[in-house]
Amino acid sequence: MDKFITVSGPAAPMLGANIDTDVIIPIQRLVGTGRTGLGPYAFERMRYAKDGSDNPDFVLNRPQYRDSPILLAGPNFGCGSSREGAVWALMGMGFRAVIAPSFGDIFFNNCFQNGLLPVRLPEDVIRRIADETEAAQGARHTVVDLARQVVVTPDGAEIPFTVDARKRDALLEGLDDIALTLKQKDAILAWQTADRAKRAWAWDSVER
Amino acid sequence: MPATLFDKIWDPHVVADLGGGWSLLHCDRVLVHDLSGGRALQEVGEAGYAVARPDLVFATPDHAVSSAPGRTSETFPTGARLLAGLRKRAAETGVRLFDLGQDGNGIVHVMGPELGIVLPGTVLVCGDSHTCTNGGVGSLAFGIGASELRHVLATQCLPQKKPRTMRIRFEGEAPPGVTPKDMILAAIGRFGAAAGTGYAVEYAGSAVRALSVEGRLTLCNLSIEMGAKIGMVAPDETTFAWLKGRDFAPKGASWESALADWRALPSDDDAVFDRDLVIDMRDIAPQITWGTSPEQVLPVTGRIPDPADAPDAEKRADWEKALAYMGLTAGAPIAGTKVDWVFIGSCTNSRIEDLRAAAAVLRGRKVAPHVTAWVVPGSERVKHAAEAEGLHDAFRAAGFEWREPGCALCVAANGESVPAGARCVSTSNRNFVGRQGTGARTHLASPAMAAAAAVAGTIADVRSFAA
Repeated sequence: MDKFITVSGPAAPMLGANIDTDVIIPIQRLVGTGRTGLGPYAFERMRYAKDGSDNPDFVLNRPQYRDSPILLAGPNFGCGSSREGAVWALMGMGFRAVIAPSFGDIFFNNCFQNGLLPVRLPEDVIRRIADETEAAQGARHTVVDLARQVVVTPDGAEIPFTVDARKRDALLEGLDDIALTLKQKDAILAWQTADRAKRAWAWDSVER
Repeated sequence: MPATLFDKIWDPHVVADLGGGWSLLHCDRVLVHDLSGGRALQEVGEAGYAVARPDLVFATPDHAVSSAPGRTSETFPTGARLLAGLRKRAAETGVRLFDLGQDGNGIVHVMGPELGIVLPGTVLVCGDSHTCTNGGVGSLAFGIGASELRHVLATQCLPQKKPRTMRIRFEGEAPPGVTPKDMILAAIGRFGAAAGTGYAVEYAGSAVRALSVEGRLTLCNLSIEMGAKIGMVAPDETTFAWLKGRDFAPKGASWESALADWRALPSDDDAVFDRDLVIDMRDIAPQITWGTSPEQVLPVTGRIPDPADAPDAEKRADWEKALAYMGLTAGAPIAGTKVDWVFIGSCTNSRIEDLRAAAAVLRGRKVAPHVTAWVVPGSERVKHAAEAEGLHDAFRAAGFEWREPGCALCVAANGESVPAGARCVSTSNRNFVGRQGTGARTHLASPAMAAAAAVAGTIADVRSFAA
C-alpha cells in the first residue's frame, strides 16, 4: 500500500448526499478491467456527454479541479456496493483524500486499505472550504496533513480532524496488515482448537 | 451483564484484543463469488500466502453470469473469463465451488442460508455489501471489500472495531399487502439512507417474530441501504425448523448441541441498545421508491414529492436531480405511472415465497402488452422447487420470461440491462442512477407489487388485485 503523509491542492466540491459507489464506478468496468486503469471511468455517467466528450457541467471537468487531489463530498459518500473499485477509480483520477460529513462503512474501510484518506468534517466546514476554493478559482490550496491531523483551508484556518490511531499508523507507514495478523497465528490456531471443542457443530458440519 | 444477540456472537469470536478498540475477529464462513472471488484467491497466492482454511470457504458464480434460458458459461463472454478464473483458483486452493447449473448454485446470499452454510451464531463475511442478508438466520454477517477479502482468506480473521447496536422493533400485524420488503423500505424512508452507519441493527418485535426465514432474509438484505453493514434477527423455532436437514446444517447429536447454543443467542430482555426505534405496522402501506436512493420511497397511494417542499437547499437539489433522472412530475400520484419493465429476482426477493407471492397476483391475469417482464429465481433449488409447484407455468402463462438463477438485472454486470430511459419496477435493492443499466429508471417494490405493475402496465396498488 502507498504511504500517505500530506496532500495539498485545490479541493474539488461535489456536495450532493448519498453518492453511491455505483456512480463512482459502474460495475461493467469492474467486470472487464483490473485494479489499475479505472481513472478514466470514475463518475463516467456524469463526466462525459453522449458523444464521449467531456460534459462541461460536471464539476470535476472544470479546469481548476482537473488535477485536484482532494475531493469535497456530501453526507453518506460511498454508500452502497462493497466494490473496492470505487477507491481505485478515485485514486486513478488523482485523488488522495476525500472529505465528507459521513461515509458508507465499507467504502470507508476500503479507502484505508489503498492509501486514500477519508476525512470526516462537519458539513459547514466543508462548505467553507468549497467557498474559499471557489473564491480563489482554485488558485489557493487546501492541505490535508495526516501526521498532524489537520486540514488547512485555503484561507489558512487549521481544522482538526481525528483518524483512528491504528488506521493512521497503517497509512503513515504503509503496513501490510496480513503480515501483521499472521503474527497472531498461534493465537488464531489456539482459538480454533478451543472453539472446535466448545462448538463442534460449527466445524463438523462443513467437514468433507 | 445483559447482552444483545450481536454481543453474544461478537464477543466469543474475538481472537485477540488489538488495542484502541480493535479486535481480531474470527470468521466461521467465507463466501466468494465470480466477480471478485477468483481474483482474491489468486492475489492471496501472489502475495506469498496460502488460503488459511479452504474448508470454511464456499464459492458460487452469480454476478456476471447470464440468466438467459439455456445459458452456458460462455453466454456472457466477459463473465466467462471471471468464471474460468474462479473455477481454476477454487480447484487449486481446495475451495468448494457450486458451479453453474449444479445443485446448490445460486445467488450467494440465497444459496448460503439455503444449504445451511450460514448458521445462527456464526460470523460470516463475503465481498458483497448484501452479505447482511444472512443475518436473517441469526448470524453475524457483513460485506467487505477486496483487500479485506484477501485478508480473511489468508488468515481466517479480520481486524474489526465493534459497531454500536441499534434495535428496530416492528410491532403489530402486517396490514393487507404489506410484506417484509415494505417494512424495510418504510424504515429506510423514515430513518434515512445513512441512519444505520456504524451500527449493527437487530430487527425485533411481534411482526418480525411472525415472519418466515425468507422474509427475515429480505428484511436484513436492505440493512446496507440504511447504512448498516450488519442486520440480524434472533434465531427461534421458526429458524431451527427451516434449517433442520439442510446440507451443511449439523446432524444428530451435533444438531442437538447446536440447538442448545442457538437458544441462548437472543438478546436478553434487559439488554441495552445504543439506539432503539419502533415502527407501528399500522403505519405501513405497500411501498414504492420514486427516486434514486432507497430513502426516496412512498406508500403506493402517495404523491411524487415536490422539491419546493424539501427541508433544505441541498435536499431540494437532490430531489430535483432525482426527478429529472426518473422522468417524473412533482405532485402527481405515483400510481398510474407507466412502466416498461418488471424484474422479479435478486438476493432481496428471489426465494420461493417471493415467487409464490408474485404468482398469486398473476394467476388468471396477463402482463400488459407493452411490458417486458422477467422472473429470475435465486438459485437452482428455488428454480426446481418453483417448477415442481408449477409456478413457472403461472409466470409464463401471464407473459413473464422464466430465466436461469443469477443476479441478472439487479446488478447489470452480466450483459443484461434495462434500456436507457425505460422504467422498471424491480424487486431488487438499489434504485441508484444507472444501476440497472445506463439511463435505466428503477422503482423498488415487493414481488406482489412488481407483479401488479406488470399486469396494470403502470405502478399499481397490489391491494386492488386481491384474489
